[in-house]
Amino acid sequence: MTLAEALAEIVPHLRDELCVHSNGYISRAGCAARDRAECFYMIGSMGLAASIGLGLAVAQPARRVLVLDGDGNVLMNPGALASIAAAAPPNLLHLCFDNGAHASTGGQATVSDRVRLEELARAAGYRWVGRVESRAVLSRLAGEFLAREGPAFLLVRIGLGPPGPPGPRVPHAPEAMTSRLRRALGVER
Amino acid sequence: MSGVDPVDRFVDHLLAVGFDFFVGVPCSLVAPVIRELTRRGRYVGETREDAALGVAAGAYLGGRLPVVIMQNSGLGVSLNALASLHLLYRIPCLLLVTWRGFEGRDAPEHLIMGEKMGGLLDLFGIPYRAPAAEALSADVGWAAERMRATSLPAALVVRPGLFA
Repeated sequence: MTLAEALAEIVPHLRDELCVHSNGYISRAGCAARDRAECFYMIGSMGLAASIGLGLAVAQPARRVLVLDGDGNVLMNPGALASIAAAAPPNLLHLCFDNGAHASTGGQATVSDRVRLEELARAAGYRWVGRVESRAVLSRLAGEFLAREGPAFLLVRIGLGPPGPPGPRVPHAPEAMTSRLRRALGVER
Repeated sequence: MSGVDPVDRFVDHLLAVGFDFFVGVPCSLVAPVIRELTRRGRYVGETREDAALGVAAGAYLGGRLPVVIMQNSGLGVSLNALASLHLLYRIPCLLLVTWRGFEGRDAPEHLIMGEKMGGLLDLFGIPYRAPAAEALSADVGWAAERMRATSLPAALVVRPGLFA
C-alpha cells in the first residue's frame, strides 16, 4: 500500500475534521488527495505535527482533530506521545503513516521496522491503539478509527512507493494556511 | 486576594491583555509564575521548548493567544520551530524567556547563551524587552500590541530577581 492508496481509503470518511499534516511527502500527498480550508500542511518544523494537533484539539474541544503523521516525525518528537496521552483530548486522532524511511530526503531508513511506534503510543497511555498493514484492512477500519474517542493512535504501515514526490508542493503560502484555517473556525481577528 | 502579589498582578495583566493559553518548560526564574498559572488551572507543561511552541501554534490556529514559557537554554531548541513555523506561517506567541547567565554571573552552562541571547533574538527578528519590575506592566502591553499588529512572536526576557 502506498501513501496515496492509504489516503484514498481515509479521505472519503473525512467530514469537517481539522487535519494537521506533517511535513514532507505527507503534506504533499494529503493536499493532492483532498484540499480543504480545515487542512493545515506543515512544510517545516519537522516533528511538531502532533504537538500542533494537541494545541488545536485543546483550543477547539468541539471539533475533531486528525494528525496525519509519519514515522520520522514521531521519532523526532516522541515526547508528543506522552503529552497527548497525559492531556487525553477525546477529540484527537493520531494517524501515523509508517514507511520506515525519510522518504523526501532519499529514503534513508528510520528504526520503525524494529521499534513499533504504536507500542510507544500504547505505553504512553493513548485510549486506543491499532496497527494496519494492508489496504483491505485499512479500508474496513478507517471509518471506525475516525469515529473513535481520542486520543487514539493508528499506525498504517505503507511501502516507500515509487521514487519521487507523491504530489506537487503545497500551493498555498504558509501564512494563507494560517488565516484560512482560522477563518474556517471563525477565530480570525 | 488577586492583584496584590507581583506575580498575581503579572498573570492578571497577561489575561487582561488577551493572553489565554500558557505552555512551557520550567526555569527557576519563573517558578512563581508557573505556580500561579498552575493554581489557576491554566498551565500546560511540555517536554521540550520546540514542542511547547508547536502546542502554542496549534492553540493559536484554534483561536487562542499563547504564551510560551522557557529558560533561555530552550531558545536554542526553539529556533527551527520559530523559523519554519511561527515566523513562516505568521503565528504569534509571547515568549517568556528567562535570562540565565545574566551579566556573566551564573553556572557555566548558562554563560554563552546568556551572552548571546539578545543577539540571537535580533538575528531572528524577534522583538524583545527585558523589563525591570517597574516597566513590566507596560511591556506586557507592548508585547500584546506587537502581536496584534504583526501576528508574529515577541519576547519578554525575565531577569533574575524579577519574579525569583
